[in-house]
Amino acid sequence: MSARQQVLMLWLASPTLDARVLGWSFHDGTAGVGPQPELDPPYSTGTAALVDGWRLLQLSTLTPPIPGHERDVSFLKHEFVFERMVEMDGEGLGVASGPGRSRSTLEH
Amino acid sequence: MDALPLLSTDQMASFVARGFLRLDAVVPHDVNAQAMEELPGLLRSWVDEFRGITGERDEGEAPLPRSGTVVTDAYAADSAFGRLVRVPAVAGAIASLVGAGPVVDHHFVHIKGAGDMHAQGLHCDAIIDQGPAFDIQLFWFPHDVAPREGGTRFVPGSHLRRVNMDDVARYQHLSGEEYYSGDAGTVVIFHQGLWHAGAPNHGARDRVMGKLRLNPTVPQVRLWDTSDLADKNRNDDHIWARMDPGMVAATLRGSEGWYEPSAHRLETVQRAHLWRHLTGDPEFDVDWYLTRTERRAALVTPGASA
Repeated sequence: MSARQQVLMLWLASPTLDARVLGWSFHDGTAGVGPQPELDPPYSTGTAALVDGWRLLQLSTLTPPIPGHERDVSFLKHEFVFERMVEMDGEGLGVASGPGRSRSTLEH
Repeated sequence: MDALPLLSTDQMASFVARGFLRLDAVVPHDVNAQAMEELPGLLRSWVDEFRGITGERDEGEAPLPRSGTVVTDAYAADSAFGRLVRVPAVAGAIASLVGAGPVVDHHFVHIKGAGDMHAQGLHCDAIIDQGPAFDIQLFWFPHDVAPREGGTRFVPGSHLRRVNMDDVARYQHLSGEEYYSGDAGTVVIFHQGLWHAGAPNHGARDRVMGKLRLNPTVPQVRLWDTSDLADKNRNDDHIWARMDPGMVAATLRGSEGWYEPSAHRLETVQRAHLWRHLTGDPEFDVDWYLTRTERRAALVTPGASA
């Protein structure tokens, strides 16, 4: 058995994990063998991802605006990065450490 | 010659708010058919230029225009791109957005092969362009594009975000984003800053799209059909006070599914600045954000602010 990492990035409507999901990305260390997101978005809030077993790795910091650029708009501000580890059996099949799902048909 | 069908105030306001404008099935079938013959040759011409092969051309290859050439001079009047920019609906939209005599920046032909499942990273073209003046990019789809058959992915309302090229490739899914699909002869006009990406083609035929970037050569001030502008241009339309759904402000305060609520207000301010540029009206506002701060600033003794 060996483990592979899956990474889920969520962009939320405000700096709190309870906020609703505005955007998401998924990066899969199992190359499609492990469980996949089925819904778009896969969770309605960041907290819902925690409930489903994802571990929070990083969240964006709150930074004051650059003087003179207080009203500029740029990247999405409230980024949360999660991971889960997927155990791979000898035949390369994924066994999720969290709740399992079938492979996704969602396109990027 | 009939007057060009210029854009309406509502269409211009929508372009300012969302960063694109769709002209569905406006290009005649024979022009689309000609494009399907010519555009692959234009792509081959660019490939040759890129490889440094600028001598003899294969049959079907056309010379590329030089940047800065007036668009009606850049392409033969009977060529595909030459005919495209003379389609009245297209010419009227071009004149409304970038005025008479815009010049070609460049064109490019994007062919997304049948079964090509690569999802290009989200990006905006060129670099961060400063100032309110803007280019437009015509995305011409000369054949029917069904959903999931390689229609360009794009993000409404992303055009005023200050980002550089591929720096937004991280975003795989954004609420409210669109994947183009539509009838042959549809032209989607993008503000230069709109985020977009090539999308997987699940279909059985190649998807062909001709993209043409145009630079304005005149100030982009009141170039559209402004006959109704005065009635729609109140600067005191305010969502927390009195508002009228018929005002330009009602369009400019529209949100997108991927906006944070706090960013939405800043987007409204950015759009109000762009509308000031397009109307030449330095007092235009939406929801009083600019007016209140400008009036307060005028009350501060020079040198007294921190």
